[in-house]
Amino acid sequence: MTNSNSIAKHSDAPAMIQMRHVEKWYGDFHALKNIDLTVATGEKIVLCGPSGSGKSTLIRCINHLETIQSGEIIVNGHRLTDSQAAVDAVRQEVGMVFQQFNLFPHKTVMENCILAPMRVHKLSRTQAEKTAQKYLERVHIGDQAHKHPAQLSGGQQQRVAIARALCMEPKAMLFDEPTSALDPEMVKEVLDTMISLARDGMTMICVTHEMGFARQVADRVIFMANGEIVEENDPESFFSAPKHERTRAFLGEILAHH
Amino acid sequence: MGTQELSYLLLGLSWTLGLTAIGFAGGIPFGIGIALMRVSSNNWLRRPAMAWIGLFQGTPLLMQLFVAYFGLPLLGFNLPAWAAVAIALTAHASSFLGEIWRGAIQAIPKGQTEAALALGLPDRSRMFDVILPQAFKISLPATVGFLVQLLKGTSLAAIVGFIELTRAGNIVSNQLYRPLLVFGVVGAMYFAMCWPLSWWGRKLEQSMSKGANK
Repeated sequence: MTNSNSIAKHSDAPAMIQMRHVEKWYGDFHALKNIDLTVATGEKIVLCGPSGSGKSTLIRCINHLETIQSGEIIVNGHRLTDSQAAVDAVRQEVGMVFQQFNLFPHKTVMENCILAPMRVHKLSRTQAEKTAQKYLERVHIGDQAHKHPAQLSGGQQQRVAIARALCMEPKAMLFDEPTSALDPEMVKEVLDTMISLARDGMTMICVTHEMGFARQVADRVIFMANGEIVEENDPESFFSAPKHERTRAFLGEILAHH
Repeated sequence: MGTQELSYLLLGLSWTLGLTAIGFAGGIPFGIGIALMRVSSNNWLRRPAMAWIGLFQGTPLLMQLFVAYFGLPLLGFNLPAWAAVAIALTAHASSFLGEIWRGAIQAIPKGQTEAALALGLPDRSRMFDVILPQAFKISLPATVGFLVQLLKGTSLAAIVGFIELTRAGNIVSNQLYRPLLVFGVVGAMYFAMCWPLSWWGRKLEQSMSKGANK
């Protein structure tokens, strides 16, 4: 399935996420160098690159889990500053799924999902449970709502994590290597969930090594190395004709195992 | 030992329980406060909390009771004896519990905080819904251990005039000239108070773990 039409389709829509001249340092280490990234509504971006390239850092800056030293980040019209109000506004627009799932172990699946809607959106328990049940069924885990995370497999936990983020009804989803901590046989169930989410029109940025997923779903694949965006292109062009030597080296290594 | 002596000991025991209850009732909420101040990024909260913990962990409870009982009136606070003891026990307990809970809070994986932040949970909810329940569970062995120590530590209140269980035992033993019997009974009474506390702590740990094992 070709996604090359999608770039043209998305370029007229207003940008969902915009990063302009973003710079980030950890002390003396220059983690993000002059990052310019625009994500249109409904666009799916796959971010790939070697360890330490800054890809996780980049998406973590979008929801202010990391701070930037210069540049601008705008999410759905909200300009991200260090003020609590701006941070809260942005965090309501984007959901995040983590490599380590980060479910709350002392709460059931259902409780994990209803906590934020009740506390932030002030929904009643009944309303929150209704929304949660809907999203849990969306990720095919509706029958496990009363279990605790430790009673579920890794793939199930990650799907709960996706549902939990969706319960806040974000405009965009950030995925930070969502399948990297999973046993291979569970990777597919999570990727299928993400693909289904993508087909429903969710704006997504996924940091991942799953190149099959990138080919299937991405509108653009972006390759990062040493804190810089080296190359970006639609998946067809990216995989068949990478422009930079660095990209070729990375693809050579990563595709050798597929 | 006759019923008169026994009921005198039981009166002492009731004082021990009362002083312990005061120590818990004061120490636990203030301990949470100290712990939260201690983990705060705000220097104006964190540094005083560190000083508080250092002071009350670094000095003997006996001395703290003295200072509260004799010193506070010198500063103009006219308090009944039990209030002075309550203040000393609360300050003492809050410093130890605060440090225990600070350690437990910091032991919670960073991912929990990040998930809470990513969901947009306000700080209060992040602490009370996500972090503190997990921290409390981790801290249970240390917390219960300290509470048992506090219960036994109330025996020091005898120095400022409370006829709690140990002092009562002293008095009865001096009357009967049978220290082994009397302090054997006193020891058994302390055990009878401490052991259920430990047992309850273990039960609490188990019930909080019910979701944790597959």
